[in-house]
Formats: sequence, C-alpha cells, structure tokens
Amino acid sequence: MARRTIKVDYLARVEGEASIKVVVRDGVVQRAELSIFEPPRFFEALLRGRAFTEAPDITARICGICPVAYQMSAVHAMENALGVSVTGPLRDLRRLLYCGEWIESHALHIYMLHAPDFLGYAGAIDMARDHGDIVRRGLALKKVGNEIMTLVGGREIHPINVCVGGFYRTPHRRELEPLAERLKLARDAALDTVRWVAGFDFPERERDYTFVALRHPEEYPFNEGRIVTSRGLDVDVAAYDEHFEEVHVERSTALYARLRGGGSYLVGPLARYALNFDRLSPLAQAAAREAGLGPRCTNPYRSIIVRAVEVLHACDEALRIIAAYEPPDRPGIAIEPCAGIGVAATEAPRGLLFHRYRLEADGTIAEARIVPPTSQNQASIEEDLANYVGDFLELPDEALQHRCEQTVRNYDPCISCATHFLRLEMDRS
Amino acid sequence: MTTSPLRRIVVGIGNPERGDDAAGRVVARRLRGRLPEAIEIVELDGEATALLACIDGAAEAFLVDACSSGAPAGTVQRFDVAGTPLSRGTFGLSTHGFGLVEAVELARVLGQLPARCVVYAIEGAAFESGAGLSSAVAASVAEVADRLVAEFGSQRNTRERQDA
Repeated sequence: MARRTIKVDYLARVEGEASIKVVVRDGVVQRAELSIFEPPRFFEALLRGRAFTEAPDITARICGICPVAYQMSAVHAMENALGVSVTGPLRDLRRLLYCGEWIESHALHIYMLHAPDFLGYAGAIDMARDHGDIVRRGLALKKVGNEIMTLVGGREIHPINVCVGGFYRTPHRRELEPLAERLKLARDAALDTVRWVAGFDFPERERDYTFVALRHPEEYPFNEGRIVTSRGLDVDVAAYDEHFEEVHVERSTALYARLRGGGSYLVGPLARYALNFDRLSPLAQAAAREAGLGPRCTNPYRSIIVRAVEVLHACDEALRIIAAYEPPDRPGIAIEPCAGIGVAATEAPRGLLFHRYRLEADGTIAEARIVPPTSQNQASIEEDLANYVGDFLELPDEALQHRCEQTVRNYDPCISCATHFLRLEMDRS
Repeated sequence: MTTSPLRRIVVGIGNPERGDDAAGRVVARRLRGRLPEAIEIVELDGEATALLACIDGAAEAFLVDACSSGAPAGTVQRFDVAGTPLSRGTFGLSTHGFGLVEAVELARVLGQLPARCVVYAIEGAAFESGAGLSSAVAASVAEVADRLVAEFGSQRNTRERQDA
C-alpha cells in the first residue's frame, strides 16, 4: 500500500504549539490532524480566586496579537454578571480600540504571513527583497493600528488602560486628531491592500461552511450582538452553551468546539463578512465588490481579501468614531461587586471569542471559561486539509507541504503554525 | 524615520510568563539605572514588526533574547549582526514564528538596520507557562547585563579618548 505521511511538527512558545499531520493511503487522504496546545486552559485556572477587576489584564496575556479581544470579552462578561452597561463615548472608545487591533492583527497576517504564500516566497523577508515598497506599506498600516492601541489602550501590546466599567484614562480630542490624519493615509493603504490581494491567484475551492458570528442591528460586529449562523440560528450570547459544545480529543490538549448535535462550524472574517456584509461601511462594500467578492465568500483561500476589506472597514470606522468623539465626563463607571454569572462574546480578529464567569459576592472569580476562535475553527481547518489536500497530491513534497501550511494559514490561527518554518517529515512506504 | 546619530537602544525580548523566555526582559530591567540616561531601554514580546519599528532610526541597537540552539542552558552568544545575517536555527522560538530573526533580516532588506546592531542570545532551559527563570539562565542574565554595561562603558571611554 502506498503510504504518504505529511507531518509538520512544531516547537513553540507564546500563543501555542501545533503540528499538522496528513496521512495518505493509495492516493486517498485518510485523515488530517491539527494538534494544538492551548494556553487559555491554563489561564482559566489562573483566574479562579482572583478579583473580577483583574480579568482584563490577566486575559490580555493570553495572546500578544489579539489582547484587546480577550480584554473586551472579559470586561463585557464581568459587566454582564454585575448588571452594568457601558454606553456612549466609553463604548465608542472600546470600538476604536478594537479597530486598532483588527488593523494591527490583519495587516500582520496579510502582509507578513499570508501574502508570501500566494506570491511564491518563503516568507516576508524574501518578499521584501522584490516588493520593498509593498512590505513598507504593510508595516505602515500595521503601525497605525499600533498607534490606536497605544493611545486608547495605554501601550501597543497587552493594553493596560482597559478596566471593567470603562477605562482608567480617556483621551482628549486633541490627542485623537493627529491619529485621524494618519488613519486617512491608512485607509488609502487599506484600499490599495484590497486591490493588491484581489490580484492573487486563488485555488478554486468552495465549501458549504456553517458560518457563526455576532450580528448587531447597526454595526459590523466588534463588541456586541446576537450570535447568528448561516443555518438560521439567531440567539442571545447567553444561549451559547445550548447550541455549541466543546469536546476533548485524545491526541490534542485543546478542546474542539462543535455544534450541539454534531458538525463543525467556522468563525472569523469569512463568517463575519457573510453574515454582516450589509453592515460594512459603504467604502468597504464597494471595495469588496471591486475585488470580485459577492456578499458571501466560501473560498477559504480568498479570506485574505476579506481580511483586507475588514482592515478598510476598521480604518473607516475608526475615523467615524474619532470624528464624533466627545470625551466622557468620567473614564469609567464605578462598580460594586455582587454574586452572579456573566457571559460575553466579542469578535476577535480570528473570530468569536466567548467568555463566561461566575463571581462570588465579593467579586472573586469562582469559575472562568474561555472559548477562543482557533479552537472553534480547529475542526474546520482539519476538514479543509482533508478535503483539499487530496486534490494536490500530485505536487512534490515541498509544494504539498506549502499547500498544507497555506490552507492552515487561511484561518490566521493563533498558533505558531502560522509561520513559515514548519518542518515536514515525509514517510513513504 | 531618519537615523539619529545619537539614538541608542537596548531591547529586552521575551514573554515574561514563559520561564526562561523572559531572560531578555530581565536583562533590560537589570540595566535600568546602570546605563547613561540617553540610552533607551525597552522591553518587547518580540513580534517582528514591533521590534522593527522599535529599532528603526536607531544608530545602535543591542537586542537581548532567549534562544534554543541546543547549547547548554545559560550559554551566552554574542552576534554582531550588522555584517552577518542571523541563523534562524538559533532563534526558533518566537511569537507566531515571526520574531527577532525576521525583524533583523527584514530591517536589513529594507535598509533600516542600525549601523551597529548586536544580539545577545541566552540559551534557555525551560519555557513552561508561569515558570520563573532557571538557575543557569538567571546567572547568565547577570552576566549579559554586566557585558552590556561594559559595551557602553568601553564606547564612552573610546569617545573620551577620541575627544582628548
């Protein structure tokens, strides 16, 4: 029997560790596995016994790329438990901060991690030798995201200015004005980005995903909305556990999320886009159409275009928020602790991030649960590998490994396999 | 950013929550108060584009990071990277696999590498979540801090001699 094993081992630090293994027998893909070690489980234990006020700063440490998402889901879940609603300029500032993270995270993925796949480079450094100006544009775009994080969040990485009830300090209008000027340039760069990635060659692969994302009555979702799916589900975030579950898979320390009753689902840019196209800014909608996207995209390789459209929307939305900003009277709402259970979901760059906490009467965290987007997408990533790799088996080993990695990178997974130096072991017998 | 002939920077790189990975950041903390005030001391997680932005425009940059090259724990290596590319094999561990090596080499390709750029690498033993520094790495952290003080001290002495 002809056996071909594609195995990508990885050593790691920070966001996580992962490996890919695809086993092929007689020209047929037998199975595809993405194994992840998942840090949030460690953090759930760490949170127990800590004060509710500590959750935003502790959970921000889960990820160096999307700390705002963890902070936002944490503060909203705490406010849900404590019966507090943050509105007005404080809510707008949270959305502005989230814009910064989307710009920063998406620009990093598009330019440094994913584009080299499409242009035939081993990585961003090689790409920069031929396309220095394009790489500089990506770096400049990402930098504007960093600047939002620094101004609103207190620093670029692991923001320290976010608290339950609002912020420790809010910016003055005059601090936001120079940022708006740079955001206008970033918006132009984002539009150029959409046009640039739209010109890549994409494998023609479509899948009938079950998309899952937040949906808000007026906004493209960041912090708030109902959980909706492309199969017609439309529920309050509090009903998350009634419709989604996590199961343990022996070979991985990560939990797999799936729909109750079985089946994988997809969170992230493709899902948000398909379920909220009508909530994108007019400029972002027009750019998406110009790039050849309909109101729904089911080709995961084209997710890089959707990400670029989201960067454009985030620049546009950040400018809108800054133009309308009136500083609040107070940087945050004072909150008295009480016993309760709180849930929240927000849209991390990689997709829906669910938090649930149970608090004691004095505000001590008794239970914490965090369901990150990458664990929700894990089953879909494996199915993509299993479905698509079979079509690429005629490729030589190196090209096939590359295609496997590219397929995983379509999801911008918050694990170290989003890199360009994965190792491949070929096992033929 | 235009290159400032005066801007000098030390960057301690790592994840403070992952054992020996914190080595570079601990070196940065140990240097506070021991270097001339004009020298910037910065701590970063090591994501490449943030590091690239951090060293952009500096005339001199000293970068300190943990590494995993297979050498005995605590081994200190010094690389003068202004003239010689870094080996990816030494620094296999980084945020999204896109870290120090990529920052230095991207800076080189884009013409943004500081004229003087030195990397100190401290071989780590363990990178477990929530762990502190191993004893071998803790000793090396002190050594690297002393060597950096000496690097700047010797520069100052050289300049003083030149001025005289």
